[in-house]
Amino acid sequence: MAMAIALIVLAGGSVLFYFLSPWHLTPLASNWGAIDVTIGISFWVTGVVFLAISLFMAVALIRYRHQRHRRALYEPENKRLELWLTGITTLGIAALLAPGLFVWGDFVRVPDDAHEVEVVGQQWHWSFRFPGRDGVFGGARNALIDEANPFGLVSDDPHGQDDVLVDRPGVLLPVDRPVKVLLRSKDVLHNFKVPAFRAKMDAIPGQVSYFWFTPTRTGEFQAVCAELCGIAHFAMRARVQVVEPERFEAWLAEQPTHGELIARGPGNPEAGKAHYAACQACHGARGQGQQATNAPRLAGLDADYLRRQLHNFRVGARGTREGDDYGRQMRPFAQSLPDEAAIRDLAAYIETLPVAPTAATVEGDRRMGERLYRSCATCHGPQGQGRSAYRAPRLAGMSDWYLVRQLQHFRAGIRGRHPRDAYGNQMVDMAQVLVDDAAIRDVVAYIHDLPGTASAVARTPGEEE
Amino acid sequence: MTLTLVLMAVLMGGIALWLFRQSLHVQPWVAESGPGRSVPAPMTASRTGLGVFLAVVTSVFSLTISAYLMRREMGTDWRSLTVPGVIWVNSALLVLASLALQLAWRAAGHGQEGRLRQALLAGGGLTLAFVAGQGVAWVRLEAAGYYLAANPANAFFYLLTVLHALHLLGGLVAWGRVLVRARGGAPAVQLRPSVELCALYWHFLLLVWVVILGLVLAT
Amino acid sequence: MHEREYDASSQAPPAEVEEMELVHPRTFLGKYIWSQDAKVIAVQYALTATAIGLVALVLSLLMRLQLGFPNSLSLIDPGSYLQYVTMHGMIMVVYLLTAIFLGGFGNYLIPLMCGARDMAFPYLNMLSYWVYLASVLILVAGFFVDGGSSGAGWTLYPPQSITPGTPGADAGIILMLVSLAVFIIGFTMGGLNYVVTVLQGRARGMTLMRLPLTVWGIFMATVMALLAFPALLVAVLMMLLDRTLGTSFFMPEMLSMGEGGDHRGGSPLLFQHLFWFFGHPEVYIVALPAFGIVSDLIAVHARKNIFGYRMMVWAIIIIGALSFVVWAHHMYVSGMSPYFGFLFATTTLVIAVPTAIKVYNWVLTLWRGNIHLTVPMLFAIGFLFTFVNGGLSGLFLGNVTVDVPLSDTYFVVGHFHMVMAVAPVLVIFGAIYHWYPKVTGRMLDPTLGKVHFWVTFLGTYAIYYPMHFIGLQGVPRRYYAYGETTFISDSVQSLNAFITIAAFVVALAQLLFLFNLAWSYFRGREAGPNPWQATTLEWQTPHTPPRHGNFGEELPVVYRWPYDYSVPGVRADFIPQNVPPEAVEREAPAGQGGGS
Repeated sequence: MAMAIALIVLAGGSVLFYFLSPWHLTPLASNWGAIDVTIGISFWVTGVVFLAISLFMAVALIRYRHQRHRRALYEPENKRLELWLTGITTLGIAALLAPGLFVWGDFVRVPDDAHEVEVVGQQWHWSFRFPGRDGVFGGARNALIDEANPFGLVSDDPHGQDDVLVDRPGVLLPVDRPVKVLLRSKDVLHNFKVPAFRAKMDAIPGQVSYFWFTPTRTGEFQAVCAELCGIAHFAMRARVQVVEPERFEAWLAEQPTHGELIARGPGNPEAGKAHYAACQACHGARGQGQQATNAPRLAGLDADYLRRQLHNFRVGARGTREGDDYGRQMRPFAQSLPDEAAIRDLAAYIETLPVAPTAATVEGDRRMGERLYRSCATCHGPQGQGRSAYRAPRLAGMSDWYLVRQLQHFRAGIRGRHPRDAYGNQMVDMAQVLVDDAAIRDVVAYIHDLPGTASAVARTPGEEE
Repeated sequence: MTLTLVLMAVLMGGIALWLFRQSLHVQPWVAESGPGRSVPAPMTASRTGLGVFLAVVTSVFSLTISAYLMRREMGTDWRSLTVPGVIWVNSALLVLASLALQLAWRAAGHGQEGRLRQALLAGGGLTLAFVAGQGVAWVRLEAAGYYLAANPANAFFYLLTVLHALHLLGGLVAWGRVLVRARGGAPAVQLRPSVELCALYWHFLLLVWVVILGLVLAT
Repeated sequence: MHEREYDASSQAPPAEVEEMELVHPRTFLGKYIWSQDAKVIAVQYALTATAIGLVALVLSLLMRLQLGFPNSLSLIDPGSYLQYVTMHGMIMVVYLLTAIFLGGFGNYLIPLMCGARDMAFPYLNMLSYWVYLASVLILVAGFFVDGGSSGAGWTLYPPQSITPGTPGADAGIILMLVSLAVFIIGFTMGGLNYVVTVLQGRARGMTLMRLPLTVWGIFMATVMALLAFPALLVAVLMMLLDRTLGTSFFMPEMLSMGEGGDHRGGSPLLFQHLFWFFGHPEVYIVALPAFGIVSDLIAVHARKNIFGYRMMVWAIIIIGALSFVVWAHHMYVSGMSPYFGFLFATTTLVIAVPTAIKVYNWVLTLWRGNIHLTVPMLFAIGFLFTFVNGGLSGLFLGNVTVDVPLSDTYFVVGHFHMVMAVAPVLVIFGAIYHWYPKVTGRMLDPTLGKVHFWVTFLGTYAIYYPMHFIGLQGVPRRYYAYGETTFISDSVQSLNAFITIAAFVVALAQLLFLFNLAWSYFRGREAGPNPWQATTLEWQTPHTPPRHGNFGEELPVVYRWPYDYSVPGVRADFIPQNVPPEAVEREAPAGQGGGS
């Protein structure tokens, strides 16, 4: 009896749960309403079958529970009944399958008027490429990727010169215009998923996959990775903004093309030296940092990271939060730089500053720190040398008191919550691994002892022996 | 995958047909006083066992070959390799080994202990020569610059031939046990079931070898 | 070879296994450790599988801890979390479920139910267990090597699985691959035995259509495993070569740690095809034995013949065959040509028809039965309910369009745990409660059993059912944390905490079960030879537990199918398979011959 009641309650409760649960599909923002309809059909058909079978079982358990003088019916087969049931099931399955295949027919055929965007996955960020004025993507290969050519474009392919490159995890798309998303991966499998768009697909190294959709609603959406891609898989996100076509075109025009980026080249350290005069007072003449002025060491950081942080300070993606007093002090200095070119020059100059050892000011358990550092090592390097491919700055030898403060800020969300600070946002997630201040001190104490030489760049610690 | 699927379909189809014949007109709930027959006599446990095992080996090789064909189609880097001449000598050796074991099977059936031992020895020796010859082929390929990691065609060639050689070496274990028993003076007729299994297994691996060689030459 | 003279019109030839020589060891070691008795091997398999399964259970609790109460333990960092995910999945699917159903129940039940003295090749059978044990030890060694076990997810998708930076990419993955290869070799040894014993070792009169459905399920699962595991073997060998010798079967041109790697042109999709060519049949390798066993549990405890026996057999065969042509439904969003979606969605949904027929026949067997709600029966009904739920959510994921938003979310996690974890495990429990009296001679304590059932059944439902709905919202699977992901509502965190608590409660109930197993072994009620009054041959042995050789002096002769329960006009409500028609005690004078 208890079993029968349990079945009735569970089956009924399960169906009710569908209506009452607080979790539903995210509000649709693309043309794939048909996918939602197929999900709805599936819920109705399976819900009815589920209730029917469960209740049938419950009734059987009540009516035919063991009684001393009852004898079960002896009935080996009932061909008619079995045929009927097979027929009805086949019909039910067809009712589920037919709409699904119908919609899939739309899914595989990209409309002719779709514009194209390439999504490139990499551990652990997304970047984007548009075909440019000629409407044709230039050829690309993973083997050609380096710092100057992050998309691996084939240099002598004329189609590639005007390709618009967005080398950060944020993209704009025009509303109501079908878009064909081409997917490529630089390393492992990824999957570009925006729940509100419904459609998604894996990105595979060595080949190009695709899907299409039409954004139907303006707004901001989060894209995530939906194919396990390593330890920071859960923090691999991108910002997708669906905007009016005019705004999209304006934004696209601002983005650099491949040709422009190559022509621009790296910053000029000589020009940057002049800008550095304003930094000296706090950060020291050789960028060694001073705890007294709460200015961290700069020497040793790569130009890419410096550029990004200066940019963040300038646009208010960093140094605006309550609680980040020293970051707020930094902001006016970054704003005093005349333009992005000045930022590039300054960063290039700081990169040339010599690296001298700093004194340890933080005490912690280095063995605990070593274990904790495993979560950091892939991006920041096993020697703490930093890896610009992962957008991860050097940690070894940097001001340890500063690292402690930044980790605390990341953990509390004081740094990294701004929507334009995508990599800071990943650090907010990763910093949660450090469960308390003691853990932060442990890992920083360990980091301080790291050599920071890039000799062992390509290998993880275990492989050196 | 198509190749594997076709093989699987044939296999499954065979099983289904056989079951169909066993079950179509049976009403299982009817009790019978004279129990029905169960197993036809020529189906011994070891023959069935060999049959099942060969099905497994077929699956291994057909999947590897499916992977071969798919990888060839998916990548753009496939460069076929030139088979060294020694392969033809090896093929002849394997054919002879298979023949020798066929003779051994016949000798066992006729109770000729002496001929059985000779044929067994010849079969095993030729097989060892084949494996050694494959080793020569691998060394020659390396020397000619067909490194394992240099190209998928090379990698698949090494993979397939090593898998095949390993299966032969596994067969040699069974062959060794038969040989020991034959030397110990066991009557030929008693050895017949084991010799028979060896011969069938060798014929099968010869067939596999022909398929592998044909595949490598054709692509 | 003995060419026996054989007259088809008279009697069947004695089965081969009948005159086999059994090795009767005298020492303790020979009896219980190096035993060639399938029953001992079965227990060895079951105990090993349970032990490693408990390790996987602990791993799942660690994962739940992180999801329910994020970062409460600094031990669980993102790398370790993925290692738990990987090892939990691999152990549960291959080393627990496959091993316990085929190696455990297969070994125990096939010879007994077929009426054979032992497996066809007992020595090979013994070897099979030891090779399996070796594979388990190699796998476990992965926990202790530098860098730990692999953290690539149980699917081991390249390039990730062998790329530096992935947890365990140094040594763990190699041990994992070697362990899988060893497991497959060991399984093939055992599998040959199961298939040949069913084909050759049946007692006189045991035609194929008189086999209990348990044997049918295990038999078909073994056939599938023998054909499907080679796909994994090939994939594993190729990946080993990619990892150790630098070939490019699966490894494409790609960056490794942000720099150029050495591989060129390999295809990650090729691995996925091979993996799922094994992986999907694997689902049914676990499911079919469960289907078979549950059919017998329901028939015995409802005192009613299984409804539509022939349909049930054919459903098993059709499911087995179809399961080889549905593999790519795991790859709808993998980047393979989307046109495959049409084909695989169709085949996948077609397989639902024979599966549905099995469900109908189970519930129709309950109808107009005489249902004893014993502990095995409770578990069987728990299975039916869970399986129907999980099977129906499978219709979402098999349907290519519906799968697109749901794949790689908690909907998938909920679905496959319901259908592939909870459902088969409920059957395993039911089967243990059912056959424990035969294995040990004593009953398991029914009160503890009922507590165990209710906590497990309700607890697992509470764990997995809500997961479908957060999956609907888009919560991705294999995520260490959801901190900064904005489309996930805050209530998901409360639900995760609830699920974690439920998981710990369910895990505690398993301790109760282990206690019951140990306690009843010494103190359980004496069971007698046939406590459930079942018809199949294992309950008709002269000794309980059966001795080596199973059936004493003479092998049984079979006269009827295994479902002669409540036959009209017969006094007892069951007729064992080896009772000849003339020996059946009838109630009234109007009997019409054994059951029709």
